[in-house]
Order: sequence, then structure tokens, then C-alpha cells
Amino acid sequence: MVVKHSTANYNLQNRRNALETRIFPELSDDRGDQGSPHQRQLQAGITLAHRYSIQEVIGVGGMGSVYRARDMHFPNVTKLVAVKEMINTAPDPLVRETIVQNFEREANMLATLHHTSIPRIYDYFTLDSRSYLVLEFVHGKDMEAIINEAGGFLSEAQVLSWAIDLCEVLDYLHKHKPDPIIFRDMKPSNVMINHNGSVMLVDFGIAKTFQSGIKGTMIGTEGYSPPEQYRGEATPSADIYALGATIHHALTRRDPRLEPPFSFVERPIRRINSAVSAEMEAVVNTALEYSPESRFRSAADMKQALMAVARKTGALVNIGPHTGSRVVNSGVKPLWSFKCEDEIRGTPTFFEGALLIGSYDNNLYSLNAADGKFQWKYPTDGGIVSRPALFEGNVFIGSEDKRLHVVSARSGKVVWTYYTNGPIRSSPRIAEGHIFIGSDDQFLHAINLNTGRMAWKFETADFVRSTPFVMNDLVYTGCETGDYYAVDFRGELKWRFRAKRAITSSTVATPQTLYFSSMDGTLYALDPRNGWVIWRFRLGKASISTPCIMDEMVFVGAADGFIYAVETKSSKEVWRFRTEHQVNGSPVIYKDSLYCGSVDGNLYCLEYRTGRLRWKFGTEAAITGTPLAYNDIVYVGSTDHQIYALLA
Amino acid sequence: MDKFFRRLFGNKQSSDKAQDVINTAPLTEQQIQTIVNNQNPRFDLQQLVSSCGQSVGKQRELNEDSLLALTTTMAGNSGNLPFGLYIVADGMGGHQFGEIASNAAIRTVAGYVLRKFHPYLFHVKTDTMDESFQEIMQAAVSEAQRAIQREAPGSGTTLTAALVLGQQITIAHVGDSRAYFVYPDGRIEPITRDHSLVKRLEELGHITPEEAANYPHRNVLYRALGQGEILDPDIFTLGFPQPGFLMLCSDGLWGVVAEQDLVRSVVDAPNLQRACQNLITAANTAGGPDNISVVLVQLIG
Repeated sequence: MVVKHSTANYNLQNRRNALETRIFPELSDDRGDQGSPHQRQLQAGITLAHRYSIQEVIGVGGMGSVYRARDMHFPNVTKLVAVKEMINTAPDPLVRETIVQNFEREANMLATLHHTSIPRIYDYFTLDSRSYLVLEFVHGKDMEAIINEAGGFLSEAQVLSWAIDLCEVLDYLHKHKPDPIIFRDMKPSNVMINHNGSVMLVDFGIAKTFQSGIKGTMIGTEGYSPPEQYRGEATPSADIYALGATIHHALTRRDPRLEPPFSFVERPIRRINSAVSAEMEAVVNTALEYSPESRFRSAADMKQALMAVARKTGALVNIGPHTGSRVVNSGVKPLWSFKCEDEIRGTPTFFEGALLIGSYDNNLYSLNAADGKFQWKYPTDGGIVSRPALFEGNVFIGSEDKRLHVVSARSGKVVWTYYTNGPIRSSPRIAEGHIFIGSDDQFLHAINLNTGRMAWKFETADFVRSTPFVMNDLVYTGCETGDYYAVDFRGELKWRFRAKRAITSSTVATPQTLYFSSMDGTLYALDPRNGWVIWRFRLGKASISTPCIMDEMVFVGAADGFIYAVETKSSKEVWRFRTEHQVNGSPVIYKDSLYCGSVDGNLYCLEYRTGRLRWKFGTEAAITGTPLAYNDIVYVGSTDHQIYALLA
Repeated sequence: MDKFFRRLFGNKQSSDKAQDVINTAPLTEQQIQTIVNNQNPRFDLQQLVSSCGQSVGKQRELNEDSLLALTTTMAGNSGNLPFGLYIVADGMGGHQFGEIASNAAIRTVAGYVLRKFHPYLFHVKTDTMDESFQEIMQAAVSEAQRAIQREAPGSGTTLTAALVLGQQITIAHVGDSRAYFVYPDGRIEPITRDHSLVKRLEELGHITPEEAANYPHRNVLYRALGQGEILDPDIFTLGFPQPGFLMLCSDGLWGVVAEQDLVRSVVDAPNLQRACQNLITAANTAGGPDNISVVLVQLIG
């Protein structure tokens, strides 16, 4: 799936690996270098070195697993230990040797340390291609899992108390004699929180393997390490930076490994989690300073600063409820509003100072766009849910009375009508002398613009509610089975694609790419020439919202209540904005704002580059249509029967 | 109507134009180029052509780069689609077994992608594929990551891979090998972003481009295949430049030959093979401090 999910996938992987333990029961070193470590995990019940009886896998790393085991030298009590395994799969003997050396280095270092936040080492040994460390077993969970499993943000007080403990243990390491020890790999997954809530620093396995002049490897973990560590410098200050990064991750839930290095400045904590105090943010920012001289001089200094935050905010005693970024209804007043007899689910169109919009009361209305004064209405025999199209002074609109109506835009007098065999919920598309429109009669109709006669119709598998899109001599449309068609101007199928559920959304496109969403909860990007899928983006739920494109971003709403902004090139999420209910209408962009309605009744105005809320305007019922922005005014219909005009 | 009159009375404008382009000897360089260009074969169908080149360079004893170039068409019921897969991988040097890593990267990525497309390349399959180009590339890179961690733990490699299908190029990129678009009018556009410390510092404004050129840790990558537990490759899709070239290369080329010389070597060459040769020669002439790998691809028709 797309990159933003990779953290979740990673965890999923771990869980699946744990299950597979039982599928590969035997200890089989001779499997050689095939399969990943998890396929050769030790089975429960096996005893290592006649002493450690393996009970369960508690973690999976790149080079092996970590097991919970019982030390059988204590037959009368259950003494649990953690057995960290490293499988040497390298076929090359030189590689193998290096790996074993690194492992022994970790063991020797641990043997010299005594601190409550550092697990004690009991033993280490090598059996064939596997090496083992036997460590104190920590009852608990690592911080990364805690961050991922938390429903929302962790409280500042919680993170603060862990941070203070971590400063203490770093201070201990940095003051180690004869030489200071630099941890080099501070990150949430290397911090265990035990059953008492205190922290344990695990994994001292980082080896110094830096040589200048050749393409250097990274020391530490991407995302958490400071700039100088990439140059091979490891100082206490580097650990302070990584601790800052760890706290930043815990407070914002933004994994720095998925962001460019050293980009914390671009993600200020309080912009993501407004519940964090300014004091706390300041401490983290100091730890994350680009140059080591600007950071805290020592872990002890950082601890002092954190203690000061705790005193000032009372964070350690007062754990308040999380209040997210509350939005103020900024008192936006409509310029005018106009009330119809029934719900407005369609989208308006602008024509010579008039606003044209259909309603569920069966009428197509023409209103003065400046003041909302009624000009004329044209009655059909069914509800109107689509958007009118205009061509040479005529307005084209489909109705649930099964007809396409062509009406003079100035007078509202009928010019001609075209009959299909089903209600029309698709909007007409005018191109190349034809009107293209879908109908619930399961056909895509091509109608001659001058004569009003059918040129051809193309049979699909189901209702066609999506609005046809025309580009490069092809007509594109989706239907309710999820089939998507590219049809040429003779009405012949060029190619077909199939989504898993209905495609009600209409298509938008650049010459390179078609975009539409589906009820299967996916935003699709397809090659217009052949229908191959370029990328898919998972939305939280189904979508019937038609995307819009601007500045190499595509925007779309979904039934999970979010408005999404996704990069067209890479399918990476740029931002998402939560509304209080489904987003079934389509976003539109005008100047530097994005306008989109929600079933929660609000019209939202967001800064389209960042997704930040500018204002919202509440109507009395759900908005399912698409707004229209024109001449600095935004118009939107609501199911409260009204159409509103607001200053854009 | 306009066309009708033009046909009746002839097109004055175009006849004027015809006189303008009557050539007299000696021909200018530009006129020769036009004639040469006009002699280039034309094709009814769109097709890919490619070439590649490699050199160990002048100062290294071992080649740690790996390279793959595969060009074909996908025959289908609705016409033939150009299909290509191009990869450059530059193993991280020294005792970290870079050549094992770059080799594993190429094998794994190419194997994964071709397995996915196998039914479409060699069987008539009409239903559309379940996965997108970007998902396939993402999964291929993840598989390569696992393969390297298995075969040479601790080592790493860059990877710049381009999957071409029709007019879409989907790139998967980790490290500091590069993909460029090169245009016949002399423009060159890097389309990948180096995952190197020096580039990041330059992006952040901590060092200037001039300082970057002489930065002592130019080789340090912050993201590489085989390194780290979560790998976040850059994956994106672009349209094939027409007219233009797609070029993939390792830093043994782009690090030593100036951009304008890269363009000249490509644009001035009579064909892609010669262009690749010119590029390798240029890098070796400039000292050849590192392994050199280059792939050039063109979509014609």
C-alpha cells in the first residue's frame, strides 16, 4: 500500500510473523539463506544451551527474534529472561565474522553497566550461525507500540515523566568511566515501558562502522539521528537530539522515519497537538537544535528543563482531558440565501449574472447571482440532483423524470428534451458537438447537440451516475457495478477497468492521468490511454466525491468524514481534514482556498496547501452538493432547501 | 469553409514559407542537424529504445554498481504497449559488501516486477491488474530490502529503478543514484532527490551549493536499501518526455561530469549506444574516481 501506511504494515508484519512461528516448528539452521528470520524462529519448548527454555516470541528484528524464555537453572522459581537472537544468514564468511564481532561488542558493553533503566545481561553464547544474548526480562511494552496503539495523543504529563527518566539514564551513560557511552539509537522502539510505568533502554547493538572516503553507512536510526551523527560523530549531544526526536514523535504521533531528516522545525508540536504546553515545546525544540552547541549541554541540563516544565504546567499532577483543535464558527454571514420547496443536492452553474440550480422540488431555478432574486424556474417531473451544463445560451439538465431538458438560459423556455429509460442522476458533459450523459437505464448516451437526437448509446453493466469526462477523443465514465469505461466517439469500447465497488464519483484528469474515487474506499489514478492503474490511495471509507486537482495535488472527500489532499505524482497524503460527518460532495478550489460541504451541515473553507481551516459556515442540514466559487462569491446548496451565497 | 477557399485558391502563406527555407550551400550547422534529424527512422507505433554502459572507473579495483535494462513491448488485444524496466544500484563501499547488496537489489526488484507482469507479457490477460504501478514498485523495493538484510546484513545500496509502461514512468528511488530527463534543446532536469546528507544540508540552507560540491562527507547517505527497519523509498510516476530521454546513472557519472556536459554527450550523439559511451568516457576523462553506470531510454513514435 501507499507509503504512509508503512508503520502500520510493519506492525502487522510483526504480528503475522509471530503467528507463523507455529508453522515452522523445527529449528533448522540448514535452511541457509532462504526465507527471512521469522521463518526460522525457535519453537516454544526448545531449550538453548541446556538452560533457557524458549516460551514465546516477543519481538522480531531485522536479524532475528527476541524470545521470552525461562532460566532452568532456577527449577523452583520461574525466572524469566529475554533471549535476543541474531541469525547470521550471510553467505560470505567475511560478512559473517563482522556480524559476530558486533554482537560481542554489545554483550561486553552491557556487562559493565548497572542502572535500573538498563536491562542486566546474564549470558551470551553462539551456536552455529546463531548468537544469543540473555538479558533481564522486561514486563511491558515498547513506546512505539504505545504510541501506535493509543487512540489519540498521549498526554503531555505521561510523555514528560518518561522523558525525565530517559534523561537520567542518558546522563548515567554519558558519565560512564573511563569513556562515556553514547547510546546512538534513542527512539521509541528502543524504550520499554515496564509494568510499573518506568522506562528501560534496550538494544545496545549499534556498532561503529564508519569509514570516510567510501559511501558511508548510517549510524543510528534515520529520522531520530542528528545531522552530525551522519558524519560519524557520536557525542552526548547526539543522544540529546534523538531524545528530542523521540519526545516529538510521542507528542505528535508523527513518525520521523517517514519524514525528511531534520524536518522537525517544519512540524511544530503545538500545531499538530495543541494540548501540549508552550514550555514543553520549547524544551523539545532546544534538544532538536540543528547545531550541537545550541542544544542542552548535557542530559542533566535537559532533565532540569523538563522538571521546570513539570512544575510550571503542573503536568505531573494535573492530567487534563485532551482538547483537540476546537473550531470556532467564525460568524460567517451569507450575502443572501434562497429557499426552494425541497432539498438541494445538486450543484449550481453560473451564466451571465444568473445562478442556475436544480432542486428536489423538480424545478430548475435561475436566480440573480448578486442578490439571490428569483428570475425564473423550469419545472421537470422529477428531482434534480446534478449540475446544469451550458452551451450557447442553453442550459442542459438531467432529471429523475428520465429526461435531459434543454432550456433557454435567459427565459427558462424549453428548447427540446431527450428521453432515456431511467432517472438521470449524471450531469451532462458537452464536447465535440455532442452531449454525453449517463442514465439509470444503464446506458451512456451521446446526443447530437444541434438536433437533440441520439448519436449512439453505450451499454454498461449498471446505472451510470457518474458524469462522463471527455479527453483525447475518448469518453470516460464509471457505473454502479464498479466498471469503468473508455469509449471512443463512435461508441466503441476502448478499454475497461474494474473497481471493487460502484464508481459514482465523476472523473477529473490531466493529460497524463484520470482520477476518480469509488465506493470501495479508494482514490484511483489511471493511465487515460490504456486503463493501467498508476496508483491507488486508500480512503478511510467509501467515496462518491469527485476529486479536484490543483498544484500537483488531488483533493477528495470520503464517507469517513475526511477531506484528503494527495500528491498526484507520488500518491502521498499531504494533509487530511476531519469534518463531523460524511463528505459526499466534491471539493472545489478558488484562489488559495478549498471549499467543501459535509453531511454535518457545514461548508468548510480550508487553506488548500495545508488543510488549515479558514472558516466554516453552518447550514441547517447536510450538504451533499458541490459548491461553486465565482467572482469572489461561493455558492452552495443544502438539504435544508436553501442555496447560500457567501463571500469567498 | 475556410479550408474550402484555401483549397480553391492555394495557401499563400505556406508558399511564402516554402521559399524561406530554400537552402543554399554552405549549410549551417543547424540545417545539417535538421537534415540528419529528418533521416532518423520514423515509427508508426510508439516504442522504447534503450542502451546502457558501465565502467569500473580509474581509481577503484572493484565494481560495486549493478545495472539492468530491459526493453520490450506488451502485446495485447488493444495494441502493443511499450514496456521497459531499468535499474541502477550503487553498493555502499568498503568492507560492507556493496557489490552483494547492489546485485541482490537488482535481482530482487527485477524478479518481483517481472513476475507481476508475466501474465500480461506472455499470456493474453484481459482483466486489469489488481495492483497499481506504484504498489508493485513499493513491494519490489521492500522485498529487495529483506533480501539484502538476509544476504549481506549491515550493507546497503542505492537503487533507482524505472518501470515504463506506455507513456508512464514509475520511479522507485533510494539513495544518491539519479534519474534525469534530458531534452534535445539542451535542458536537463533531475527527477529524483538524493537521500544524501550533503543534499539535505543544502536543502535546509546550512550549506551553499558551492560548499556542497566540496563537502567532505559527500558519500554519506541517510537512506539506503538494506539500512534501517522502515524503508521509505520515493515512489512516483511521471509522463515520458517527448521528445527527450530518460537517463539513470550512479554518482560515478553525475558526481564528476557537469550537467551541461551530460546533456551534450547525450544530445550530440548519433544514437543511444554512442551516447552511453560518450558519458562513460567523459567520467573517466574527469578522473573516473568511482564506478560508472548509465542507462539511456527514449520513447519514439
